Amino acid sequence: MVSIYVFVLAAFVGVEVISKVPPLLHTPLMSGSNAISGITLVGSLIAAGEGHSGLGVMLGMIAVVFATINVVGGFLVTDRMLKMFKREPAKKN
Amino acid sequence: MNVLAELAYLVASVLFIMGLKMLASPKTARKGNGIAAIGMLLAIVVTLTDQSILDFTYILIGLIVGSGIGLYLAVRVQMTAMPQMVGVLNGFGGGASALVAFAEYMRLSGDPSLSVWRGGDVSLDVLITIVLSLLIGTVTIIGSGVASAKLHGIMRGAPILYPMQKQTNGIMLLAVIVLGVLFVLDPSRWYLLIIIVFLSIVLGVTTVIPIGGADMPVVISLMNSYSGLAGAMTGFIISNNVLIISGTLVGTSGLILTKIMTKAMNRSLANVLFAGVGADYDPTVQAKEERTVIRYTPEDAATIIDGAQSVIIVPGYGLAVAQAQHVLQELVNILTARGMQVRYAIHPVAGRMPGHMNVLLAEANAPYDILMEMDQINDDFQNTDIALVIGANDVVNPAARTKKESPLYGMPILNVDHARTIMVCKRSLNPGFAGENNDLFYDQKTMMIFGDAKETVTKLVQLMKK
Repeated sequence: MVSIYVFVLAAFVGVEVISKVPPLLHTPLMSGSNAISGITLVGSLIAAGEGHSGLGVMLGMIAVVFATINVVGGFLVTDRMLKMFKREPAKKN
Repeated sequence: MNVLAELAYLVASVLFIMGLKMLASPKTARKGNGIAAIGMLLAIVVTLTDQSILDFTYILIGLIVGSGIGLYLAVRVQMTAMPQMVGVLNGFGGGASALVAFAEYMRLSGDPSLSVWRGGDVSLDVLITIVLSLLIGTVTIIGSGVASAKLHGIMRGAPILYPMQKQTNGIMLLAVIVLGVLFVLDPSRWYLLIIIVFLSIVLGVTTVIPIGGADMPVVISLMNSYSGLAGAMTGFIISNNVLIISGTLVGTSGLILTKIMTKAMNRSLANVLFAGVGADYDPTVQAKEERTVIRYTPEDAATIIDGAQSVIIVPGYGLAVAQAQHVLQELVNILTARGMQVRYAIHPVAGRMPGHMNVLLAEANAPYDILMEMDQINDDFQNTDIALVIGANDVVNPAARTKKESPLYGMPILNVDHARTIMVCKRSLNPGFAGENNDLFYDQKTMMIFGDAKETVTKLVQLMKK
């Protein structure tokens, strides 16, 4: 039951925080929040580390690969984009 | 799980929220992304040290392979391909959630071969969220794959329609629900989960193929939301709050962006998902139009620009297709150096995903303080000498204001027609995606400059340098 509370309250926090992001940054918002949703990696790690060599662990390992792509790719590409947003016109070469 | 680990997960959640909060300004956004990444690192380290992990072999393999692929994608991707990139990443996140859901089910069953149910009583919410995580996660990975293939041109962008499409999709979804209920009633029936996964794979394909290429921004936003929801469901399964919190944050984020996009496109979500808009769209169809426009040359345009004080540039996706954003920014620099006020007016759907045009212009070194959103700049057109439209069409079509029978009617547009002079760089007079002729092109104060955007702007740069 506590989980439902957390879920509903997090949804409200989400609406509050996300609504304040300007359209200028909506693409980095998507890729950045996307990286955060890679948190499912936590579950993947637990599944992959159970110690036996059954199907469950194999699925866990594939999940770790997927979630890590999501996390690493997401944060890095967001950083690459945000690095480009500058206030002053860039100097000409 | 000990108290310390719980607290660390809480700290990670707070770091995620802080990171997202700092995305509210381009000044703090990069740092915010870094803070969220630190939160992720913390969550991973805590999981590896606290959870009863017996064997690190598969974890290490997974982390190394995943990091390598993620790094490769992030470094190599072109900014124009960002929608596909986000689509693919959404897919991996959703897929991981579905896999964890099934792996956790196998652990709960108490028998790796699934032949006997030794799981005892598993609580109802865990069983329900296993079904939901499998459904949403699988639809996300398959649906994102299809959407990305359409955006990348691997698959035809046009909607693929067949008879009874909505009905069969509806029946499949209903079947998933029925099978899900049967599974919850008796969780030893593992084969029901397999059928659910299979149906979800089919649904991932059949729900995305009827949606046209131009509507993919909405699909990508929606998949973003799904990937978050799948993560939150997995959080319920393994009763981990950090998953529930971050998954839900991303779920709401995706929904908000979906709403913004559909509003800017003047469509309902249902219309985007089910109407198959664009099935009969053919960009080569000539406009049936008796009126004539006057053709101008870049030289004519340069003469007018020479005497102007203020310019607003309206970029559309055609600009990015022609790869003209760099040379356009060069023109902006020349004009600004001459003391002109030059700004960009960015429509919410100018690009292939929310905010895409801003990224493309930022890559071309356009400073972000001249990238104006529609509501900020729309009242300024009337005091502006020149509105320069490049590669945009529907978002500047006055029919959206006046023509009640037009599919564009009611869509928020940029008030380009209020400017003193309008210049339109375009390949032809063909109507835009909505299939509506654009009266703007026939306006008395409009100068049509036909040709490739990059060539035209390059010519303007050469002329203005003199």
